[in-house]
Amino acid sequence: MTARDGRGLRIAVLAVLALGLLGPIAAGLGQTARAAFGVMPELGAVDPGLGPWRELSSIPGLWTSVKLTLWTGLAATLLSLMLAVGFCAVAHERMSNSAAARWLTPFLAAPHAAMAIGLAFVLAPSGWIARLLAPLMGWGNPPDLAIVNDPWGIALILGLMVKEVPFLLLVMLSALTQIPLRQNMAAGRMLGYGRGLVWMKIIAPQVWPLIRLPVMVVLAYALSTVDMGLILGPSNPPVLAVLLTRLFSDPDIARILPASAGALMQGLLVAAAFALLWLAELATRRLGLWWVRGGGRGSSAEPLLRAATALVMALFAIGTLAMLSLVIWSLAWRWPWPAALPQSWSLKAWGSPGAGWAHALGNTLLLAGATTAISLTLAIAWLEGEDRARRGRAAWAEALIYLPLLVPQIAFLYGLNILFLRLGISGGHVAVIWAQALFVFPYVMITLSDPWRALDPRLTRAAASLGAGPWRRLFAVKLPVLAMPILTAAAIGTAVSVAQYLPTLFMGAGRVATLTTEAVTLSSGSDRRVTGVYASLQAGLPLAAYAAAFLIPALVHRDRTVLKGASA
Amino acid sequence: MSLCLTDLTVRLKKTPPLFPALTLCIEPGEVATVMGPSGVGKSTLLDAVAGLLSPTFILSGQITLNGVDISPLPAEARRIGLMFQDAVLFPHLSVGDNLAFGLSRTVKGRRVRRDTVQEALTDAGLPGMYDRDPASLSGGQKSRAALMRTLLADPAALLLDEPFSKLDAGLRDEMRGFTFTHIRKREIPTLMVTHDPEDAEATNGPIITLSKAETSR
Amino acid sequence: MRPSLTAALVAALFATPVLADSWQDTLDAARGQTVYWNAWGGDERTNAFIAWVGEQTSARHGVSVRQVKLTDTAEAVTRVISEKAAGQDQGGSVDMIWINGPNFLAMKEQGLLHGPFVADLPNAQYLDLSPTSANSVDFTTSVDGMESPWRLAKFVFNYDSARVDAPPASMAAFVDWAADNPGRFTHPDPSNFMGGTFLKQALIELTPDASVLQQPATDGNYDAATAPLWQWYDALRPNLWRKGKAFPENQSVQQQLMNDGEIDMAMSFDPASTAGAIAEGLLPESARVFVPEGGTIGNVSFVAIPYNAANREGAMVVANFLLDPATQAHMQNIEVLGSYAVLDPAKLSADARAAFDALPTAPALPDLASLGPTLLEPHASWMERLTADWAKRYTR
Repeated sequence: MTARDGRGLRIAVLAVLALGLLGPIAAGLGQTARAAFGVMPELGAVDPGLGPWRELSSIPGLWTSVKLTLWTGLAATLLSLMLAVGFCAVAHERMSNSAAARWLTPFLAAPHAAMAIGLAFVLAPSGWIARLLAPLMGWGNPPDLAIVNDPWGIALILGLMVKEVPFLLLVMLSALTQIPLRQNMAAGRMLGYGRGLVWMKIIAPQVWPLIRLPVMVVLAYALSTVDMGLILGPSNPPVLAVLLTRLFSDPDIARILPASAGALMQGLLVAAAFALLWLAELATRRLGLWWVRGGGRGSSAEPLLRAATALVMALFAIGTLAMLSLVIWSLAWRWPWPAALPQSWSLKAWGSPGAGWAHALGNTLLLAGATTAISLTLAIAWLEGEDRARRGRAAWAEALIYLPLLVPQIAFLYGLNILFLRLGISGGHVAVIWAQALFVFPYVMITLSDPWRALDPRLTRAAASLGAGPWRRLFAVKLPVLAMPILTAAAIGTAVSVAQYLPTLFMGAGRVATLTTEAVTLSSGSDRRVTGVYASLQAGLPLAAYAAAFLIPALVHRDRTVLKGASA
Repeated sequence: MSLCLTDLTVRLKKTPPLFPALTLCIEPGEVATVMGPSGVGKSTLLDAVAGLLSPTFILSGQITLNGVDISPLPAEARRIGLMFQDAVLFPHLSVGDNLAFGLSRTVKGRRVRRDTVQEALTDAGLPGMYDRDPASLSGGQKSRAALMRTLLADPAALLLDEPFSKLDAGLRDEMRGFTFTHIRKREIPTLMVTHDPEDAEATNGPIITLSKAETSR
Repeated sequence: MRPSLTAALVAALFATPVLADSWQDTLDAARGQTVYWNAWGGDERTNAFIAWVGEQTSARHGVSVRQVKLTDTAEAVTRVISEKAAGQDQGGSVDMIWINGPNFLAMKEQGLLHGPFVADLPNAQYLDLSPTSANSVDFTTSVDGMESPWRLAKFVFNYDSARVDAPPASMAAFVDWAADNPGRFTHPDPSNFMGGTFLKQALIELTPDASVLQQPATDGNYDAATAPLWQWYDALRPNLWRKGKAFPENQSVQQQLMNDGEIDMAMSFDPASTAGAIAEGLLPESARVFVPEGGTIGNVSFVAIPYNAANREGAMVVANFLLDPATQAHMQNIEVLGSYAVLDPAKLSADARAAFDALPTAPALPDLASLGPTLLEPHASWMERLTADWAKRYTR
């Protein structure tokens, strides 16, 4: 094996990524930026200027919208991070990583939109929790409280937390396996520090570099979510990303220009939030050192940890209720206030062809299958290229993988749509698959990288010394041994694809109806029972994919102890 | 067939060679032993011969197999077998399929290949274990299966990387005997790296002690 | 504008004598097409009706229908606009749009519609197409055959009779009712057409001279015409649901709030929707319809075909099928959709009339007499100004 090995493969992967991933994002951003400064020849706008920005700033409630966006995004991220750290400190000793992964899976698998739809019912003043409380509180009518769509965005923050805390927990648990946790903990405690303080003074600083990028992904998502903001967020005005989605769909064609300016502003908001995170990191490092050098050993962190654990458990409970409520609604006929359970049941929502869920399910499966297959192939080709060159990953390559997750979708998707229109592929499955793959690939790549690198290198060396060439080593040794992580990556790819809202909506020209686009549309309708069907399917599909990822290797490798029970 | 190393050195870019230039010829059936302190580059030497050297290393000198320079060839084309401390059986394949993976392509026909593997299993004291999960074998059984897998690939030369260090003392003697008997029987030139003087004694072959290169050529 | 006008004239000149043949040509061309009907998807009964239409046209004419469910009709308009922006003048993704009012005006003004085509539809013979008919004037915009009617819309309120004894008798009376029942009434966000219509309904009743509203709104007439409205609204708003700081996105969400017991009254553009929702289990049995004494705004829902529609002939076949007397009777059936027909009873045959008379009734289904007079839609510019003004006044 020489360094030349795999050069062709690596060049091919890089070319595909540059053209297929980097190109669209850059071009989409370019189109958006041009339109933001008044240049969009198709509209007859050719003179660059600040007109779009002036028009944007004259939209009533814009600044409230910006403030709301920053507040909900930052608060949701910070709270999620704090809760996840606190919970991790208490829970990591009590459960194995694989048990935790199984436990977190339903929350990770449920798309944001489905979770939001369920939460909207659970939390509403006339919702499930209020119905359970009504007899105790003596409420004849639902209380007139702003809980869901509240002007402060509390429901949105809560919704984001229900989804992001499990994600951060998973990321942290996997990061913890990379540091000598037990020894550190023992050493810290022997020096008289309480558990919580060891976490904050010793463990957290080691974990942070490993979870910084995922935290940035969470931050970028929280600042620019459309589907969650639409369903749970404030309505008058909404958060910026929702406001922009509406502007982009305005019948007045000229609104695309201020919408583009807003999209650029959305990008700037995320960049500013990243800068803030960086500053916070610097400050924490300074203060933290000062704190560590002080040597304080008070065990005062203990109650905080307990509070964090209780809050995380509450979040899980609410999330579980939300998922459960979707299924119950899909099976209900009449479920009026203040009944705790439906008065009458019916399978009509599942059986009605007008609902057309079979068509949406078919589209969803097709898109998930295609994007996952493409992403998995690319990821495997990339990792194999690294192996053959026997080279680690450069920092720029790592950044490239994360890029689509860090740039807000709305900042480049509409611009990209214009390009796809020129190519004549907008409104078709190809465009949607392409756009979705931009977001599926990073998750597949991130998921697969660690187990791939953890593969015992002697297996491939042994195979090479037995005369197996590079392709046989890949297909006969690596892929079968890595079946479990590969299928897990596929399940995550499926979950990410199923959850995509904006790319499907913009690129599919509304003609590619998926469970998610239909569920979000229906959530602004009056029939929770039909919404329940779509949202249940939407949440059930990724869950089925995870179950398959777990069961298939167990079946195929049922006689192989090492692989059968491999960690999830 | 003989394996010859001529003026072989390995170095990282811009650093002196790891060990002084090595020249050595191993005859068919002969086992040459390389000893030396940790970090001197014994495993790197084996990687260099096997063709598994990381590209950050620079190799100079010649490696010839029966007079043919094999250094430009990729690992899988060199026909050099490699044995590790651990057996490194593929966990997804049965014991028999592990051997079949190694079995040379020149052996053709489903039936013939299976019989060859069965025979090798019997030879290794593992009769009827074709369908066993490798994880269920004992340490000694794994080592024997691994050696058989390597031999079935019909290697022109063999590299052993501390092959017996992880075995119990009793098992170690048995495994040495088993390994060297097969090497002599098949007349394979073998290069072994070890810490254990007993390994070296058991070979009755030449012993080279590597030391850190003091001077830069 | 001139070339398309000329084209329209030429088309009109040649269309009439060869009507029969050209319709057969349309049917032939349509066979095998799939019509992407972009329609607001918030109502399951409408969605099911559209699916039924697709089954029928597929069986009769080999034309399939696929509904593109919209949250707002504007989405479809934007789509056609972006296609035009990208120079895609043929094979567009939108074949047919459920449309009226401002969206129609926008598309017509920008030349984004195919037509005129209504006169080419054989079933147009059952329509009252006289110049002042609701089929000919859409929100004061002249239809000019560029969109084909399919269902009648009339603004109504509904309320839960188990909770409310006497609903307000006029728009003005809503202020007192809300003061007595704080937090129990709301309206959809005015950026949604239903919320905008609520403001228009109040404007017609409260404005000093309603005839001004038939003219375009200008800087000169707007303030005087709307001053009483804002006075009324400022008195009403603090007693609305959530103190008038948040509003349901559209009437479906509002209906859900009523079903959940969060509010006691809702509104709709379909007098039959309350009975329909009860049958569907979406409203309590005690829900009833009411209208203010002075009557309510009424208009017609149309379908239009974008200029670049890929399946134009198929869309025409579907538009024609929608006007079939049997289709309209099926649609008016409360067990199906319950929407009032757009056909002129005087132009129907006796058999067709009998089919309408035989339709079942329901307790929550108002008869036409109890719905009061139909008020004309103000010029579309009033809606635009009202919506923008409301956003400026109440969005913080």
